[in-house]
Amino acid sequence: MKPAVYLDFNATAPIRDEAVEAVMGAFRTGGNASSVHGFGRAARRLLEDGREQVAALVGVSGDDVIFTGGGTEANNLALLGCGCPNVIVSAVEHPSVLAVSTGHAPVPVDGDGVIDLAAFEARLAEENGPAVVSVMLANNETGVLQPVGRVSEIAKRYGALVHCDAVQAAGKIAVDMRALGVDMLSLAAHKIGGPQGIGALILSTDLPLSPQIRGGGQERRRRAGTENIAGAAGFGAAASAARAGLANFAKLSGMRDQLEEAVLSVAADAKVFGQKMARLPNTSCFAVPNLPSDTQVMALDMEGVAVSSGSACSSGKVEASHVLAAMGEHELGISTIRVSLGWTSGSGDVDRFVEAWRKAYLRNRKQAGAPELVAS
Amino acid sequence: MMPYSSVADEVAQAPQNRPVYLDYQATTPTDPRVLDAMLPYFTEQFGNPHSRNHSAGWQAEEAVEKARSQVASLIGADPREIVFTSGATEAGNLALKGAAYFHRGRKNHKDHIVTCVTEHKCIIETVAQLEREGFRATFVPVGKGGLIDPQAVADAITERTLIVSVMAANHEIGVLQPLSEIGRICRESDVLFHTDAAQATGKIPLDVGSMALDLVSLSAHKVYGPMGIGALYVRRRPRVRIAPLFSGGGQERGMRSGTLPTPLCVGFGVAAEIAACEMEQEAVRLRRLRDRFLSAVQSHVPNVRINGDMENRLPGNLNLSFVGVEGEGLMARLSDIALSSGSACTSAALEPSYVLHAIGVEDELAHNSIRFGFGRFTTDDEVDFAARRISEELLKSCG
Repeated sequence: MKPAVYLDFNATAPIRDEAVEAVMGAFRTGGNASSVHGFGRAARRLLEDGREQVAALVGVSGDDVIFTGGGTEANNLALLGCGCPNVIVSAVEHPSVLAVSTGHAPVPVDGDGVIDLAAFEARLAEENGPAVVSVMLANNETGVLQPVGRVSEIAKRYGALVHCDAVQAAGKIAVDMRALGVDMLSLAAHKIGGPQGIGALILSTDLPLSPQIRGGGQERRRRAGTENIAGAAGFGAAASAARAGLANFAKLSGMRDQLEEAVLSVAADAKVFGQKMARLPNTSCFAVPNLPSDTQVMALDMEGVAVSSGSACSSGKVEASHVLAAMGEHELGISTIRVSLGWTSGSGDVDRFVEAWRKAYLRNRKQAGAPELVAS
Repeated sequence: MMPYSSVADEVAQAPQNRPVYLDYQATTPTDPRVLDAMLPYFTEQFGNPHSRNHSAGWQAEEAVEKARSQVASLIGADPREIVFTSGATEAGNLALKGAAYFHRGRKNHKDHIVTCVTEHKCIIETVAQLEREGFRATFVPVGKGGLIDPQAVADAITERTLIVSVMAANHEIGVLQPLSEIGRICRESDVLFHTDAAQATGKIPLDVGSMALDLVSLSAHKVYGPMGIGALYVRRRPRVRIAPLFSGGGQERGMRSGTLPTPLCVGFGVAAEIAACEMEQEAVRLRRLRDRFLSAVQSHVPNVRINGDMENRLPGNLNLSFVGVEGEGLMARLSDIALSSGSACTSAALEPSYVLHAIGVEDELAHNSIRFGFGRFTTDDEVDFAARRISEELLKSCG
């Protein structure tokens, strides 16, 4: 059953109608893209069309796109495959990037979650041998944008390669890979309304990337395995739709700001993370002291409102988010929820959220023996 | 919303105007029942199966777990022994590199791999990479029929052997390797046993218990499921330990990070369940179709050579060499039949097949060979049509 109000687009987005149509069309076509007969050629066309559409989303050409099984694989392929023994990452990266980082601790971020460029440059200066830098474009939990262009400039001065995890940013804000100056960029289809199970690593230059999955030599020998045709077609359709919908997506910030205003009017002690920063238009991450994340999320779920208490991969664990910890929010980390809107969200969804959240908040205040608030 | 059910119906009916599809070893059409099962998970029941705190996530997780059970049942495994991957190639890489890397760095670690010359590229290339990284490998040859001699495997095993990897069914000639015998040998020698079952998934009975399998690579799109999903079976008792290929969110019990594609898992699960249920009768039907095709061709054309053992073979596979007739040219003239001269992954390459080379087929004859794959949606009419067309073209070529 679809929840009445789905506000967890940063975890996974509902697939777009265009993508479903493309996926089903590809299943109907059949064929292995590596076969030379008509079925194979038809599959190849779908694959290559999808590749071009995905490329267009970030302003490159299809030749630069390597399809993978998802964003996690793309991040791993970039950092393990580029052949640089030194991997420098920020402290707020996705676990799939953090896990690959080597040597020193990640580069710290400030209280808003933005990378400390001075510390970053100092780290680069210390490295011996080829280094690769990985900094995400938008954080999955707070939506805060990183100065990736600046990161690239600095990295280039030290001859380092730059990888950017754009999984959360793509389709939500305009992404121009060349303007960012990065060498590698990761995308995931299901975050932009495409199907789960496909992602891409995009190369801006002809990097000699060493494949992490070996076999039949598909994807120009960068990633073996029978190509996921329906996935590529769906990813492509979603990329085109997302690109066309960027202007509308930007308007979600209005709704998001209303939501935050309402939360702050109910709970004056609430803290919205990165509120003053450049961030994704759809993401709100906030905390209320002594109101545990799980209490909020469960109460909202009972009311048919789906949000998240952090990134989905770690939401099975009770530990606080590493992103908030890196921002110095150790106390509030366990009381934080993330609301992420999308192209199907309407103002009614925000109203439903606010109503359900207010109820949960007031009930908790009452149980905690706090003085009644005057309901506005 | 589009009328998807009618879309699904079209697939089953194999439209008359389309070429006849006889390339079931390259990929299989998605079964309409699989499409039907997946569709709601693409549209209505989306959710990240790893989102633990709302019902959309729980429902996705439940669907994934059901699929895991369905896949497990197909090979007599416990659901907790199934790790979903993006396909059999990733599974094969995970099995071999996973086992190798897990043991590397341990005291006196075993560093020898035994495999077979006719394995799929995903195994051969992975083993080659491991060799470059300091592991050693023995590639055991096969006999004329393409079968490996279990004794040759036993002879190749040394004290240093970590893992044996022998495929269940060959992708070009369809021959079935003696897994039970090899499994017994591996168990006795305390060596891990992996089989690449990409071609065998749902086509022949596989049982991880009686075959003493420790690791099994499975593919969905070769068994009428979707592309983009496969699985690795990893034995729990005694526990087989592998290192992951990727790091990240720690999904799949740490063995394979990344958001699981719920619809594809569901599709694989249903495909596995259908295969488990229909395998036996389907095998009978496919053998009959294959034999009907073969005798029709043989009755018209002299000098047809069968590549690979006919007894131990996938029911839907045939691989023939036509003496004096170049395979690629013949296929080009048969544009109304979708065929392959070998495995799809390498069909762009013009080198003769290494599999046929390994079974002693001379290079010239290897160039004259074609793989025929029959499957669930192949009809008697299609087989008769294909046999007639091929005979016509061959008779023309032979003058």
